Amino acid sequence: MSEVIHADHHDDHAHGPAKGLLRWLYTTNHKDIGTLYLWFSFTMFLIGGVMALVIRTELFQPGLQFIEPEFFNQMTTNHGLIMVFGAIMPAFVGLANWLIPMQVGAPDMALPRMNNLSFWILPFAFSMMISTLFMEGGGPNFGWTFYAPLSTTYAPDSVTYFIFAVHLMGASSIMGSINIIATILNMRAPGMTLMKMPMFVWTWLITAYLLIAVMPVLAGAVTMMLFDIHFNTSFFNAAGGGDPVMFQHIFWFFGHPEVYIMILPAFGIVSHIIPTFARKQLFGYTSMVYAVASIAFLSFIVWAHHMFTVGMPLAGQLFFMYSTMLIAVPTGVKVFNWISTMWRGSMTFETPMLFAIAFVVLFTIGGLSGLMLAITPADYQYHDTYFVVAHFHYVLVPGALFSIIAAVYFWIPKWTGKMYDESLGKLHFWLSFIGVNVTFFPQHFSGLAGMPRRIPDYALQFADFNMISSIGAFIFGFSQVFFLYVLIKTIRSGAPAAGRSWEGAKGLEWTLPSPAPYHSFTYPPEVKNEEVHG
Amino acid sequence: MKKQILQTLAGALAFLASGVALADELNMRVGVTDISRQVYDLHMTIFYICVAIGVVVFGVLFWSVFRHRKSLGAVPATFHESTKMELAWTIVPTLILIVMAVPATKVLVAMYDTGGEDMNIEVRGYQWKWQYKYLDEDYNNSFSFFSNLATPKAQIVNRSAKTENYLLEVDEHLRIPINRKVRFLVTSEDVIHAWWVPDFGIKRDAVPGMLNELWAIVETPGIYRGQCTELCGKDHGFMPIVVEAMPEAEFDAWYATKVSSEVVRQESMTKTFTHDELMVQGEGIYGTYCSSCHMANGEGVPPVFPAIAGSAVAMGPRDDHLSLVINGVSGSAMQAFGKQLDPVQLASVVHYQRHAFGNDAGDISQPQDVINLSNGQ
Ligand code: HEM
Ligand SMILES: [Cu+2]
Repeated sequence: MSEVIHADHHDDHAHGPAKGLLRWLYTTNHKDIGTLYLWFSFTMFLIGGVMALVIRTELFQPGLQFIEPEFFNQMTTNHGLIMVFGAIMPAFVGLANWLIPMQVGAPDMALPRMNNLSFWILPFAFSMMISTLFMEGGGPNFGWTFYAPLSTTYAPDSVTYFIFAVHLMGASSIMGSINIIATILNMRAPGMTLMKMPMFVWTWLITAYLLIAVMPVLAGAVTMMLFDIHFNTSFFNAAGGGDPVMFQHIFWFFGHPEVYIMILPAFGIVSHIIPTFARKQLFGYTSMVYAVASIAFLSFIVWAHHMFTVGMPLAGQLFFMYSTMLIAVPTGVKVFNWISTMWRGSMTFETPMLFAIAFVVLFTIGGLSGLMLAITPADYQYHDTYFVVAHFHYVLVPGALFSIIAAVYFWIPKWTGKMYDESLGKLHFWLSFIGVNVTFFPQHFSGLAGMPRRIPDYALQFADFNMISSIGAFIFGFSQVFFLYVLIKTIRSGAPAAGRSWEGAKGLEWTLPSPAPYHSFTYPPEVKNEEVHG
Repeated sequence: MKKQILQTLAGALAFLASGVALADELNMRVGVTDISRQVYDLHMTIFYICVAIGVVVFGVLFWSVFRHRKSLGAVPATFHESTKMELAWTIVPTLILIVMAVPATKVLVAMYDTGGEDMNIEVRGYQWKWQYKYLDEDYNNSFSFFSNLATPKAQIVNRSAKTENYLLEVDEHLRIPINRKVRFLVTSEDVIHAWWVPDFGIKRDAVPGMLNELWAIVETPGIYRGQCTELCGKDHGFMPIVVEAMPEAEFDAWYATKVSSEVVRQESMTKTFTHDELMVQGEGIYGTYCSSCHMANGEGVPPVFPAIAGSAVAMGPRDDHLSLVINGVSGSAMQAFGKQLDPVQLASVVHYQRHAFGNDAGDISQPQDVINLSNGQ
């Protein structure tokens, strides 16, 4: 650790951030931009969360109590879009910005100005999308999957703004990915070979390729929508010879890799936290890397499992059923490796570890329901019911989101130089854990009992489960506001943190002092074997 | 101590599993077709496999969490790979998947066994109702009707108590016979909907421009309820599906009367009606379709629902009046009735409006006029 501090002292030109608010507008520093991404994501998370609570309030009891069906649809749509594109994805990009340069021993991202641009596009994209809610005719109301022709011929006028917002988000993601790939491939410190890279770097490298591969496909889909709406083409309009089902193929060719974009970096995070608190090296580093790569590959050939009921030939159904089932194998490998890492370790249960263990358990539950959904004949019964809602919330909330929260607790001492309050962190964990399960576990049952998703009102037999779900949602919502409090308290008055903030922590970032200096690794560090995971 | 915890855990999971298997409200319905039972069995098989995987995986995890903690003095081991183990947990899951894939493939193949059907019904989704059309080659004609949500608005907005089949009742059931292979041809008029009857184990998207096939042989008479399961706009939650499976003889009798009244109806399309006939039919239709807004006395509720009595339309050119009723007034509560009512009904209700409530247009509307108008002549 000391060598690195000395190395920093050699840098005579070391300077801190610029003064004033404009710093944030002009910054090209990976740490500043990481911070911007993370706060942006948290803001979006709270906005999307409020929408979720509007939905759960309306669903607390059967009957229409608070909002009209039309507005309900706008809430479900915008909740989904904001959480996926505004909360989860930017949070991972923020973490990538903060961590990847420090973890590979680089001074900054490879393309700092583009980095600034790819962040600053986002507030405009989302302001535009959210502003449509206040336009005449309302905002997007066709679900986050925006199936045509509901999203074209039958869409509100504001759909054009939505399309433009999606284009902007896509541009931002593509630039972010190019930057991450360029950084990882070109800026590793000498000695950091590919197979010595930390898992978070590996997972992001693969995620970035997925993003570059599928974001243009999404852009293509919305462009065809734009043409159908304004220029009288008929890509998705059956009356003009088009095909609404083609929209779904294109959407899910983007959409399924997209769901893995939201989980692969989470795999990386958990692969750092579990070894740290088990005080034991990550089990099966090599197979972890190969598992991520195979998941990424498979994610391109399973898309139509979202479309089993659309009417495909038997051979197609079988192909997509088998390929989807196959994804369970590499996913299982990851889970087994995490558990083997814990096995015969010497574990402690600080907040990041609690979130990481909950991740392993609850993500696995989501994976198992995913396996059930892969079984085509059974999926006919599950599809578009709350069973699917339960599935993807299990993989996304205690999956992707818990990993992000775990990452924040894990690295916040490095970012701020301050330690969070452990008992508040644990309280936050238990509230979130209870909240998430009370919200989403009962949805398996309401789905099996036959409750369709995306409905503002429901038959009486679903009443109990919906009430429980709504109560859970409010517990969960409250606990995330509490998280904000914990964060602010840490930043304001947390106890000073050591450079290596956790006993078992390994990796170049922990060789830096806490908080990490504004410019770190201006000279490449030595990559010592004891800092390497694999 | 740890053992106890583990046992309790396993017990709890097993309890949960059996609870799920038993309770009706918690689980998939077994249903009333051979296919739905096969699907249910498949569902339970994979569910139990998943529970077993869960018990093993979480068992090991929690064992580790309870035993291998620093506070108990655990010293970390140093192993970090094992080719044997890694091979094992790649191969064993693959085998389990094959065990699941075999019955899944069988059921799927059985479901795709279309053909040999005894009757065909076209199911057409509309925003936000279903239309059912019996396709019958014997009679060289077919008859169809709409099936609308029948739950009163007052229940939905909580002004009156919700009844048993809240949101799951319609004005006219789809009727089918038991023990016969009924083929459903599913399509849509506007956006994508999905037609699902859980008790039959079948669900298919209704896609505009596409005809999807489904079939069922129902074994038990009864009323089976489902809902639209693809987001289709504002009232997606309010377009239920109700199918009544009837004993064969009962169905045949019902079908025969339906068909003969259909024959009469078809013939009446080319008929010329007298003023009195039109007034009688028209009054009935007015009562069903118009009077909720325009009021029984034709006074309406201006300005939202205009009066018919003395209205410029009812006293103006006849064809304008007919087209307004056929096409509706967009952006208002006035629907396009051209899709719901047939030419005889349209002609009589318009004729009625022009000659009731003190109106006296002095002309006559015939089904042929409606047909001509619809054909753009
Ligand atoms: C073993 C792994 C998984 C399998 C086998 C699997 C399988 C499936 C299947 C078959 C569906 C379609 C269900 C239907 O609509 O009827 C589905 C939906 C979904 N899955 Fe997964 N899944 C897995 C993991 C994941 C992961 C890791 C994520 C995200 C982090 C995810 C996110 C989603 C989402 C968002 C949907 C619903 C999309 C929508 O219709 O709105 N899944 N999954
Ligand atoms: Cu998928």
